[in-house]
Amino acid sequence: MVTAAATRPGSRDVAAPTPLRMRRAKVPRTFYLFLLPTLVLFTLAITLPAVMGITLSFTDSVGFGEFQFTGLTNYIALFSDPAIRSSYLFTIGFALVTVLVVNLVAFLLAVGLTAKIRAKIALRAVFVLPMVISGIVIAYVFNFLFSNSLPQLGQAVGISALEQSLLANPDLAWITIVIVTAWQAIPSALLIYIAGILSIPGEVYEAASMDGATAARRLVSITLPLVAGYVVINLVIGFKNFLNAYDIIVGLTNGGPGTATRSVAMTIFSGFTGGDYAYQMANATIFFLIAVVLAVIQLRLNRGRSAF
Amino acid sequence: MTAQTLLTTTPAQVQVRPRRRFGRRGGEDRPSWRTTTVLLVCAVAVFLPLYATLTMAFKTTAQTVDGQVFSLPAPFSVDGFVEAWKLTNFPRGFAISVFVTAVTVVGTVLLASFAAYAIARNWDRSFFRWSFFYLLAAMFLPFPVLALSQVKLTGMVGLANPVGVALLHVMFQLSFSVLLFTAFIRGLPEELEESARLDGATTWMVFRHIVFPMMAPMSATVAIFAFLASWNDFMMPSLITADSTLQTLPVLQSVFQTQFSSNYNVAFASYLMAMAPAIIVYLFTQRWVMAGVTQGAIK
Repeated sequence: MVTAAATRPGSRDVAAPTPLRMRRAKVPRTFYLFLLPTLVLFTLAITLPAVMGITLSFTDSVGFGEFQFTGLTNYIALFSDPAIRSSYLFTIGFALVTVLVVNLVAFLLAVGLTAKIRAKIALRAVFVLPMVISGIVIAYVFNFLFSNSLPQLGQAVGISALEQSLLANPDLAWITIVIVTAWQAIPSALLIYIAGILSIPGEVYEAASMDGATAARRLVSITLPLVAGYVVINLVIGFKNFLNAYDIIVGLTNGGPGTATRSVAMTIFSGFTGGDYAYQMANATIFFLIAVVLAVIQLRLNRGRSAF
Repeated sequence: MTAQTLLTTTPAQVQVRPRRRFGRRGGEDRPSWRTTTVLLVCAVAVFLPLYATLTMAFKTTAQTVDGQVFSLPAPFSVDGFVEAWKLTNFPRGFAISVFVTAVTVVGTVLLASFAAYAIARNWDRSFFRWSFFYLLAAMFLPFPVLALSQVKLTGMVGLANPVGVALLHVMFQLSFSVLLFTAFIRGLPEELEESARLDGATTWMVFRHIVFPMMAPMSATVAIFAFLASWNDFMMPSLITADSTLQTLPVLQSVFQTQFSSNYNVAFASYLMAMAPAIIVYLFTQRWVMAGVTQGAIK
């Protein structure tokens, strides 16, 4: 149907001077020229690699040369691979903890930053600042702080747990990744919460105050329910982003000590060097399915509040 | 008490000014110093690593040996910058970062606004509607999923270089940007475009002289997000670009993790030079950065 419209003879750049909505007007060719280059590039750069990756995940390819289709072999192997399992457990656990930390801090900061305070604009600008700083670079800075400054502080205060670098501790290194990721991710969650809180009409609070609701009561019974939609959006967006953790981990622990903090992205990238190219393609495909599930959840949540 | 002050004053944000006079407790209307103080203390957490970067960058190598990051440099030294400039070949890395970022920003704004205009004005045609959802789908396709094939493909077609990185940056920005532009264009009145068309303007002229200028605020938001994503990215350039002399600034910083690891002043001077451009851009564009996040999440 659409193709017919495109090739209809006499389809001109200038629309017919009849009222546009009276009949189904021809689509000016320019509109196709506006859209097609993007569609072509997008297909080559995104869709083609995706299809290629999924196809190769059913083979024994090592990244070059000939390969044979091996069915579900890679997938079956994945599910019994302890390295893969630990990377998923680490990544999902890390994403869950981080998303909770980020949202708790961001929500409290948003409540503070929407209150009547001094230097409101400047304070907001300060709290948003971490968003614009490169993840890998700030991770290198924190790397130094965690391996030098924090142990020094631990010695000075006499907390023996801190005297050794957290980065070298297989059980605690993940905490540093949560801290740095949260440092960088709080701003965007914060801005969304600020928008949410500002969308609550002041009258609601006024009425509650008149009825004698305490501040804590108003937070729990008014602010939280009314920004619940924003909380859910932030949780889903955050979780989805944190699953892709890579830059900050490279800058802090590089997956170590050992493989204690290896994320899924890092195991996938090991397919470049490890000779298990197709195997990591299968890993990426599983990872993709998880992303799709999260995407569906996000779209459903967004539908309620968007124009589309 | 702090919590109370903080909460009771929340609604004042959205109230009109004269209303305040009718507040039940006079104290609520004055800015809360207590909340401000708590927030200022929290702000220390933001500044701590940045402060450490600054002090370390201006020390001499000898001063950094004690690992005391928070002591001020005495005397101030720019040796670290001089050394970092040479070591990372800063001018080249900076030029490549600027190139990749500029192509990403211009490419994203142009391609996304073209596509969004075509989509928004032909929404009743299934081809355009489905194109929209097709482009949107990539918003949920993370780079790690595509990385292995993309690295292979870019290598095969001679794009294992900054040009390929910029192209992929544009592609990964498209979904989000097309979404923002489409929503924005749908909110623009069509009458102006229609009357221009009646006067004989072509679709291109209508876009160039009417629609694109009206989209300026949204273009600013899209451009800033493209800038930040591209300038700060590590994952894509580090995997896509084969020649290490063509790397962007964030990737070049890894040199300090292996060799020269004792020259902390050099490393921190280099980190500072890599961060500074984004911070400077942010200082001038905060308003759009803040607005953009909200639009992106809620639209």
